[in-house]
Amino acid sequence: MTQPLPMTGAAANVNLAGLGKNDYKGNPTTLCQGCGHNSISNQIIAAMYEMSVLPENVIKFSGIGCSSKSPTYFMNRSFGFNSLHGRMPSIATGALFGDATLKGIGVSGDGDTASIGMGQFKHIMRRNVDMVYIIENNGVYGLTKGQFSATAEKGLALKKQGTNPYMPVDICMEAVITNATFVARSFAGNPKQVKELLKAAFAHKGIAVLDIISPCVTFNNQSNAYHSYAWGKDHEEPLHDITYIAPRSEIMLEEEMMEGEAREVAMHDGSVIILKNLDHDYDPTNRAEAIRILSEAQQNDWITTGLIYINKDKPTLEETYNLVDAPLNRLSESDLRPAPAMLEKVNALMF
Amino acid sequence: MNKVVNDFSIIVGTKNGSGSSTANNTILRAIFKMGIPVSGKNLFPSNIQGLPTWYTIRANKDGFTARRETNEIVIAMNPDSFIRDLASVAPGGAFFYADDLKSPITRADIAVYPMPVKQLVRDDPNVPSDFRELVGNMIYVGVLAHMIGIDVEMIRTALDFHFKSKQKPIEMNMGAVKAGAEWAKANLDKKDPYVLEAMDVTHGMIMSDGNTAGAIGSIFGGAQFVSWYPITPASSLAEAMNDYLPMLRKRDDGKNTYAVVQAEDELAAIGMAIGAGWSGLRAMTSTSGPGLSLMTEFAGLAYYAEVPVVLWDIQRIGPSTGLPTRTSQADLTFVNFMGHGDTQSIVLLPGTVNECFEFGWKSFDLAERIQTPVYVLSDLDMGMNQWMSQPFKYPSQPMDRGKVLWEKEIEELKGNWGRYLDKDGDGIPYRTVPGNKNPMSSYFTRGTGHDENARYTEDSGVFRENMERLKRKFDGARNLLPAPEVRLTKGATIGILAYGSTEPAIIEAMHQLEVEHGIKADFMRIRALPFSQEVKDFIEKHDEIFVVELNREGQLNQLLTIEFPDRAVHLRSIAMGDGMPASARWVRESLLEKFDAGKAGRRNKAKSAANKTKVKKEAAAPKKSSVKTKKSPAKKTSSRKK
Repeated sequence: MTQPLPMTGAAANVNLAGLGKNDYKGNPTTLCQGCGHNSISNQIIAAMYEMSVLPENVIKFSGIGCSSKSPTYFMNRSFGFNSLHGRMPSIATGALFGDATLKGIGVSGDGDTASIGMGQFKHIMRRNVDMVYIIENNGVYGLTKGQFSATAEKGLALKKQGTNPYMPVDICMEAVITNATFVARSFAGNPKQVKELLKAAFAHKGIAVLDIISPCVTFNNQSNAYHSYAWGKDHEEPLHDITYIAPRSEIMLEEEMMEGEAREVAMHDGSVIILKNLDHDYDPTNRAEAIRILSEAQQNDWITTGLIYINKDKPTLEETYNLVDAPLNRLSESDLRPAPAMLEKVNALMF
Repeated sequence: MNKVVNDFSIIVGTKNGSGSSTANNTILRAIFKMGIPVSGKNLFPSNIQGLPTWYTIRANKDGFTARRETNEIVIAMNPDSFIRDLASVAPGGAFFYADDLKSPITRADIAVYPMPVKQLVRDDPNVPSDFRELVGNMIYVGVLAHMIGIDVEMIRTALDFHFKSKQKPIEMNMGAVKAGAEWAKANLDKKDPYVLEAMDVTHGMIMSDGNTAGAIGSIFGGAQFVSWYPITPASSLAEAMNDYLPMLRKRDDGKNTYAVVQAEDELAAIGMAIGAGWSGLRAMTSTSGPGLSLMTEFAGLAYYAEVPVVLWDIQRIGPSTGLPTRTSQADLTFVNFMGHGDTQSIVLLPGTVNECFEFGWKSFDLAERIQTPVYVLSDLDMGMNQWMSQPFKYPSQPMDRGKVLWEKEIEELKGNWGRYLDKDGDGIPYRTVPGNKNPMSSYFTRGTGHDENARYTEDSGVFRENMERLKRKFDGARNLLPAPEVRLTKGATIGILAYGSTEPAIIEAMHQLEVEHGIKADFMRIRALPFSQEVKDFIEKHDEIFVVELNREGQLNQLLTIEFPDRAVHLRSIAMGDGMPASARWVRESLLEKFDAGKAGRRNKAKSAANKTKVKKEAAAPKKSSVKTKKSPAKKTSSRKK
């Protein structure tokens, strides 16, 4: 294929995997200039580079829509599957059985997930498939030129569409209700937080739902729209200041941080997520509290961002299946075809 | 009274959910173990409990085991179907009924045997009261055993199998069988001619349903990923995978080389299977018509993105929900053209349970070789009923994993490969799968327009060339598919074409046509789509070809007409979809009706007319042919096979 091999001997600007940032790049974007999705693609590149993830250990997935185009714009060295509208979850579920050592990064949109794909979205969370599930949420259908999506707020007025008569779907609320094991919300206008949450999501074992408000500059960026840059800047309410600390790094809390001002979430891979309190202490392991703050945000039209809920102790789908250690797609005929004697045994049972 | 030995049909009418399937399977298995060719078909309603249900058993010394429309022995256990059951007994036949059903007996032309079912069960202290209805069914097994001569030891063998050698239920059921048999011996006089006598025709054979056979075949094909959603009549295929995978494939350390996922719907079932197939697993799903309709969009993606996956369609009769528990062959054109845009399908058509096993493993080889969905079209009759069969045969070829490149091969190619590049000129490109650590191995899969390197493109020329390559790939695939089974008859004037589970009815009809009407036919059973050269040759060789199938439209006939338009006038469609398995009578009478209009028909018209009275007579009474078939249809039928 066309991807360049890593430069050998280039000591500068390489990560622990020996890769430069270029090794995480994709094709040039074909989305609109200023689209929130491009900013998210850049943060995925940065997060994966900084975490020293081997691109070959990642599979990219998407459905259909503007957001679903974006996996071509990052990590060309990873396998990718741009599937059907609303059906990314089933493709990812099956594909990750091929080699359970791989991690999935899925990019979907609010139409792809909360309209046509709501059923599969709910069930992939139920199954706790080991992947990062990003929703680039802009409240509007871009590729079909500006129709309301299921996350558009009631009363939103769009050119040609009139006024939206329906209540919006709250993706994070759906995720918490369905027992997703990692639920976070962010805003594309806050790239630092997006990147830290991406790292935390990637380090999580199981499904990590990341709902990122990602404004559509062409069809839904008027300043009074919930999914616009202007609204996000004015109404974002971060729960905490989040920092991801990679395994092996020494954890250095800021000196002035008093006890009780920060929370540490130790991940299974040895990494740590530091949540620095802002207004008040928020416990992301408390599911009832997660539902409460999401309700509060709904009532006040806030964009509450940060790590909303985490449960590190549920087995992933692949773990539940008690698979052999070798990737299933590396098994050979001797592993897969029972011996002739077994067929005699079967024939004896057929009566 | 002359005895009629090993040549009659039994039908049992019971209430759905009353537990009669154990009794009926026991009769079937006992007759099979007596060495007599036999078949059993469950004609059941879409219901859990309460509605009338029937089970037919046919014993036939010549090996004809298709469904008959006539039953010489009727057993009535259900008040709701009593009148209908009584009316259905063939003249001169036998009617057994539970004597607590207080309906008047209105027939004088049959033998009538009331059975004190409830009394006998109540009298047995070993039967707890809540087991009385279940065990009551074994009373008719015992009565029937005495009256027609089923070997009681074979009944014990059948029960031992059914209850996996658990003594308590075996003894409880045997108690009822014996009580029924002893009561019959003391109280009933045989007034009908139908009896069984042991033979040695079925020894060495097995009994299986097609879904179990397909599941086990798939396991021997190395199935690694099964995703499915419950639907009659396909559920038992996935359930059989769950039954047999642990026994056949679990590692000594208790770890699994496979995964079976019950999906939330058929959209997800096919999506997961395609995801798994894409990532290099032998992946499959099983469904029926309504599920297949939901899978259509994904099937098109797999065709265009060239993902191997196997889909079993256990056909039931549609459209829509249709008759969910009745058989059909009406998904053929749907599957052949499945998907929007220009698509093609590889379709395998098993006609025996042994072929369900064989296509179980072969379908994976073909899917991975051709990199496309492979459909296996079975049906409810094949999938859910018990069929006699030769033992399953171990796969004759090693696994064919197709053109897959791992790290070493990519290294050797120095990265010079393209996912959709036709390097070998056969239209089949090389693929890589996730987990390959060579940085040059990855590609981006999409259902949008793509070039040889899997890159997005909207270029018209590139799109057309790719579609032409896909067509080449499918043309080449014809030679890889299972060849038709052919049965040639010396002096044949007509040809018969069919597929799937109708073969027993056709073989029997051919025998009748030859013996009673002097009409000789060659028979070809098609086992795959697209058609192979053999099909073309067969159609060109015969002036009159009858295409027999269980659907309204004559779908195989439609496909043949499209593929061989210049032979269309030689094709005669014999097609009906009423949910019932084919009978020889239907095949024979439909053929005679159309045959009279044909060229060969005019030649034989006089002969045919002379035999017409005989046709009618046979329809109502059992065949008493003295002509022996040369081959038992239970044995291998092919005389020409690739």
